[in-house]
Amino acid sequence: MADTLEIKEREEVAVRFSGDSGDGMQLAGNIFSTVSATVGNSISTFPDYPADIRAPQGSLTGVSGFQVHIGAGQVYTPGDKCDVLVAMNAAALKTQYKYAKPGAAIIIDTDSFGKSDLEKAAFKTDDYLGEMGIDPDRVIACPISTMVKDCLADSGMDVKAILKCRNMFALGLVCWLFDRDLNVAFNYLKEKFAKKAGVAEANIKVIQAGYDYGHNTHSSVANVYRIESKNKVKGRYMDITGNKATAYGLIAAAEKAGLKLYLGSYPITPATDVLHELSKHKSLGVTTVQCEDEIAGCASSVGAAFAGALAVTSTSGPGICLKSEAMNLAVILELPLVVLDVQRGGPATGLPTKSEQTDLLQALYGRNGESPMPVIAATSPTDCFDAAYDACKIALEHMTPVVLLTDAYIANGSGAFKLPNLAEYPAINPPYVPEELKGSWTPYMRAENGTRYWAVPGREGFQHIIAGIEKDSKTGAISTDPENHDLMTRLRQGKIDKIEVPDVEVIGDKNADLLIVGFGGTYGHLRAAMEEMKAAGKKVALAHFKYINPLPKNTEAVLKSAKKVVVAEQNMGQFAGWLRMKVDNFAPYQFNQVKGQPFVVEELVAAFNEILNK
Amino acid sequence: MSEFTAADFKKGQPRWCPGCGDHFFLASLHKAMAEIGIAPWNTAVISGIGCSSRLPHYMATYGMNTIHGRAAAIATGAKVANPDLTVWQISGDGDGLAIGGNHFIHANRRNINLNMILLNNRIYGLTKGQYSPTSPRGFVSKSSPYGTVEDPFRPAELCFGARGHFFARAVATDAPGTVEVLKAAQQHKGAAVCEILQNCVIFNNGTHDSVYTPTERKKNAIYLKHGEKMLFGENNEYGIVQEGFGVKAVKLGEDGYTEADVLVHDAKCEDNTLQLKLAEMEWPVALGVIRDVDAPTYDDCVSAQIEEVKAAKKYHNFAELLETNDIWEVK
Repeated sequence: MADTLEIKEREEVAVRFSGDSGDGMQLAGNIFSTVSATVGNSISTFPDYPADIRAPQGSLTGVSGFQVHIGAGQVYTPGDKCDVLVAMNAAALKTQYKYAKPGAAIIIDTDSFGKSDLEKAAFKTDDYLGEMGIDPDRVIACPISTMVKDCLADSGMDVKAILKCRNMFALGLVCWLFDRDLNVAFNYLKEKFAKKAGVAEANIKVIQAGYDYGHNTHSSVANVYRIESKNKVKGRYMDITGNKATAYGLIAAAEKAGLKLYLGSYPITPATDVLHELSKHKSLGVTTVQCEDEIAGCASSVGAAFAGALAVTSTSGPGICLKSEAMNLAVILELPLVVLDVQRGGPATGLPTKSEQTDLLQALYGRNGESPMPVIAATSPTDCFDAAYDACKIALEHMTPVVLLTDAYIANGSGAFKLPNLAEYPAINPPYVPEELKGSWTPYMRAENGTRYWAVPGREGFQHIIAGIEKDSKTGAISTDPENHDLMTRLRQGKIDKIEVPDVEVIGDKNADLLIVGFGGTYGHLRAAMEEMKAAGKKVALAHFKYINPLPKNTEAVLKSAKKVVVAEQNMGQFAGWLRMKVDNFAPYQFNQVKGQPFVVEELVAAFNEILNK
Repeated sequence: MSEFTAADFKKGQPRWCPGCGDHFFLASLHKAMAEIGIAPWNTAVISGIGCSSRLPHYMATYGMNTIHGRAAAIATGAKVANPDLTVWQISGDGDGLAIGGNHFIHANRRNINLNMILLNNRIYGLTKGQYSPTSPRGFVSKSSPYGTVEDPFRPAELCFGARGHFFARAVATDAPGTVEVLKAAQQHKGAAVCEILQNCVIFNNGTHDSVYTPTERKKNAIYLKHGEKMLFGENNEYGIVQEGFGVKAVKLGEDGYTEADVLVHDAKCEDNTLQLKLAEMEWPVALGVIRDVDAPTYDDCVSAQIEEVKAAKKYHNFAELLETNDIWEVK
């Protein structure tokens, strides 16, 4: 079929691995992205998994995908559509083909296209390619299951275990297609299965078999895809997901601050991986408590903060609803706390495995009373590290809860992460109450920057009570005095307003006809859209916000710097509304999409061009 | 001998209604803390919301007066994050068993080393007189003008059902009895629930009348002591004996019962069956330490596990953690 496969030199290529949820597509994708990153390609990955607990094998709802985007230069997204689609069964082909570019190469396991497989995938005839309108010349059709069985016939493994290696055959094929160095993959597997040498060996054998199959069967093909690396930033790298980067940022901040890291949490998709990651690192003294509910996750963290820890609670939108009372307690107690919200589709259970930016106003306002809280929104999987570090620094130095917003897309997606050197990160200095204030100190006395001092229990002479009820600004005693409450409200607001955050950067044309504005996890797509329009000769720029509250000082100047401004976000206009509230006479265009899926660059470009042409 | 006196733990002027049981309990807590001898700066008192939850404001220790129902969860975080701290959690029956019921049972199940004080007046006082989860069936209150149609929690039952290892009971007006159970709670490693029977003079006056004065207690209460025969009455003329699967109070010399038939209290018995029977007796009301069984505490185990993993793993700081990943170099 595919003997005449046409191969091109490419700037960038996206590969989508798809199969049954149990087919190990994510592992294959991860190895492929690591192998590619090793030669200096830039990478961006995104898993797309079903919400079903475990759909029946071979069924349409049980298909999961993992897309890897690799580029010679910088890639900003996992790619709208893929150049190579791996479909491990009929259902995968049926559901994932829509993510393939016209003319994409399709790799299929013909052993999983039998009669019952086709029925489960709702094909009407045996001519599944014809039914989907796929040109057979684009298809590398390979009896992967059979070949894997042959390859491991002497391994002593049972058939079930053997068939678990099918993903590695597909990986081998893809590695051949992109001329990748298999040794990197081998080393990856040896480390991953360090304690199961047999498994590592079997997987390695199958990858090699897949590679050889490609090489031998399609030897008439002159070239494989080649993605040269340019703009390489020297250094040591690892592949990291947003959730892992968040966990690492928290660990790094705790170490820098010299504090114990405490996480109070309750499992919730898509935030649970942060709990998993932190639970592993007890050798760094990390304490994780899986609480009885979301409320206790936050409440116990408030207790931990009082007791002197760097306290964190992690969740997704529905969990924030439950935590909001305890978050508010941290506001009035003026204790440091990081609240991580890995946003997902809402409302209520909504789309639990999908991504949105719909919790912004909840983060800013979802509490009773005047309850100002800094909000930081990480912009990419790797940026989660810096964003988490910053959230901790602000919480500790300003004695306030901080909301760290990420989303399912960047939390599960990954990128190449240049190993950070903690020595280069700014110091974290919480306002511990100075010893010389012993005797005269009261709990709501303020340091220069307006923050309350932190008196950690155990220090003699600094015993005090803090309470959720309003206190006198001077004595710290319960007070319902109207003037005092007004003053305390202003003090709590003022100390947040005074937090210094970096200016927002304008990328692109300084005299843009159209300024694209976004926040948080959409950075990659908005950047890619802006670059594409710029390359087409348009005068465009991007201002992407990470610091949401307080906003950067140059916000108004930036927003008024372009002829037209469009705020693009994955909600109904929450950030646009926040900006309108903060900047007088700001009337932007809006681009809003709430599909649970990442933006599609082509759709952004089309929408922005339309605005330019208005 | 402790270097502290009750005055070292005292602060401010309590604002409870005159005659409120909380005044009595507060004085006993100050006294107990002084006798325990842990410094006020190593002690944290954490409460939720309610009349009794004002208590930390009257302590010279570290304190938090938080939000309704969450005291046990907040105390859990404080204790796990800072195991050197002695943590007392103060809740009423509404705070601890209604809105905070989930945290109450899980703190007991996990066996966090907290002293959990449950001031039980069977009423919501701060919101001015609604029935609580410990109000008896049929109880008439502002929110149940025709009587409640639900059964109350029995705190000991809830504690035991959550696998609690310590349960004691005292009457707020009984200072020696209260001090004794508070000291026993501190002595116990793990979640230690002390139910304090406390009168609300305004909204539920008389709820604990059968045991509220020394005279009544002589008649209607039994002080349980581990290892001692369960005798009570003005002249110890009554005793607790086993009957079938339960226990009952009998008068010695009647129906053939002698002192030899009277059970010896065993607070250390791991099986809580008889302890539960004692806790649930309506006459006499059991006071003192009803259950006090050793078990691993959550906070100790968390610390121990961290030490074990530290010893087993080769990475102990962030830079070393990074090296545990698959790393490549771009040259």
